[in-house]
Amino acid sequence: MFRPAIRFSSVGVAILVMWHLIVIITDVPPYILPGPIAVLNAVLAHTGVLMENALVTIIEILAGVMLGVLIGGATALSMVYFRPVHGWLMPVLVTSQAIPVFALAPLLTLWLGYGLASKICMATLIIYFPVTATFYDGLRRTEPGWIDLARTMGGSSLSILRHVRLPAALPAAASGIRVALAVAPIGAVVGEWVGSSKGLGYLMLHANARLQIDLMFAALLVLAVTGLVFYFAFDVAARRVLAWQPQ
Amino acid sequence: MKPPHFNVSPYSTTSSFSSEGCCVSLRNVGLNIGERTILKDITHVFPGGKWTCLLGKSGIGKSMLLRAVLGLLSSPGRENVQCTGDLHMDHPGGVHRAAAYMAQQDLLLPWLSVRENITLGAKIRGLNLSVSDHDRANRLLEMVGLSDRMNDLPNSLSGGMRQRAALARTLWENRPVIVMDEPFSALDALTRMHIQDLASDLLDGKTVIMVTHDPIEAVRVADEIVLLEGTPVTLSQPIPVTTSRPRSLDDANVFKLQKQVINRLMSENANVQTRD
Repeated sequence: MFRPAIRFSSVGVAILVMWHLIVIITDVPPYILPGPIAVLNAVLAHTGVLMENALVTIIEILAGVMLGVLIGGATALSMVYFRPVHGWLMPVLVTSQAIPVFALAPLLTLWLGYGLASKICMATLIIYFPVTATFYDGLRRTEPGWIDLARTMGGSSLSILRHVRLPAALPAAASGIRVALAVAPIGAVVGEWVGSSKGLGYLMLHANARLQIDLMFAALLVLAVTGLVFYFAFDVAARRVLAWQPQ
Repeated sequence: MKPPHFNVSPYSTTSSFSSEGCCVSLRNVGLNIGERTILKDITHVFPGGKWTCLLGKSGIGKSMLLRAVLGLLSSPGRENVQCTGDLHMDHPGGVHRAAAYMAQQDLLLPWLSVRENITLGAKIRGLNLSVSDHDRANRLLEMVGLSDRMNDLPNSLSGGMRQRAALARTLWENRPVIVMDEPFSALDALTRMHIQDLASDLLDGKTVIMVTHDPIEAVRVADEIVLLEGTPVTLSQPIPVTTSRPRSLDDANVFKLQKQVINRLMSENANVQTRD
């Protein structure tokens, strides 16, 4: 618990020091690369604006993850239980991966508008495939002996799903959600870049256009910290729930 | 192609469940997986209340025969599996209420405590535990010597303890027929002897059908030994063992029987090799 925290903060400090040194040594102008102190000052100076926009992006990320996990989980379940679904859905899933989600962003904005919906849809789309694939693998790889045992105990397929297959798939589901939390911000920010009036992505574009490079970096920093907080919060929770898993 | 049909007779027409235990009969049981014939025309009666050991070399179809007894062959999504014949148990609840299963792997669910694992059957059937169910679980935990570990997760237990927990779970089901697939073969020799003694004691009066590849295990605990031979597999005439279980290995009769069984298995092996 304690050691990773120390490692992470020392790596963080080392990066900040290097960043600072590069700025001093190369004497790069602040409108190209502002130093860490300038960025921290920008964070303090624009706290209100940053928080307001961060909140929008956070809502987009969380809603996207929730929808992606729900739809991905449902897809994985139907693929496991209805074999024809697997045969027909897998090619569709794989083909869908051939279309870069970024290329869909303008379309989604056109269809769903400038509001939250298009960004949530982007985040959902970008995590749908990895979540479905990990859930499906987890469900499929249930120890067959457990299922046999439950059948000899007189279990219906619903109760076997609930008491054996779902708990057994939880570790795989957790890694799927971990990937989702890491990737969903990309979807949300790309969605904001294509067309929006709120959010950290919007703030970055806006600041960039006005040469407020320090504010742009500040938004980036807030985005990175948000991603890390999500990741570690989930990691701690997952470790607690999955304590039975051999390390 | 013949349509798959595997009649699991739910009710006995021949006799009711008696104090002599539940007898299990297979009539003309056959199994094909794709083009391969695994079992063909197997007809055998496992006597009620007796411990039958099925002995044969690995890969001969022992586990498949057990799956037939457990009614596990016709699993959904396996369209290439074809079963024929009849399986009958003298039990009003039919196969799925008559037999409890114990495998080589302990099959303890790692997210449940030892105690929850033992009473898993109730959860699977969607029932709440009654006071007597709790009592029974406690008594069984005590019998297998796991009372002080009942709230631990299975991963913290040794192999022998885990298999004892699996034995307790099998007994908690309170079924007249116990089907075991090499249940002790993953254990070290001493632990295996210990758990054989324990099982022999606790499973007294049940109809036990146990697959094993270990002739020594068979002669220690069986009331009847049945050899599995040839491809597709056939069942030998049962070899009765009349002395009381579990037997000590230094018993002269046991030693003789063991030698006889091993010779028979060896000659079967030699036949197969010359045929090949």
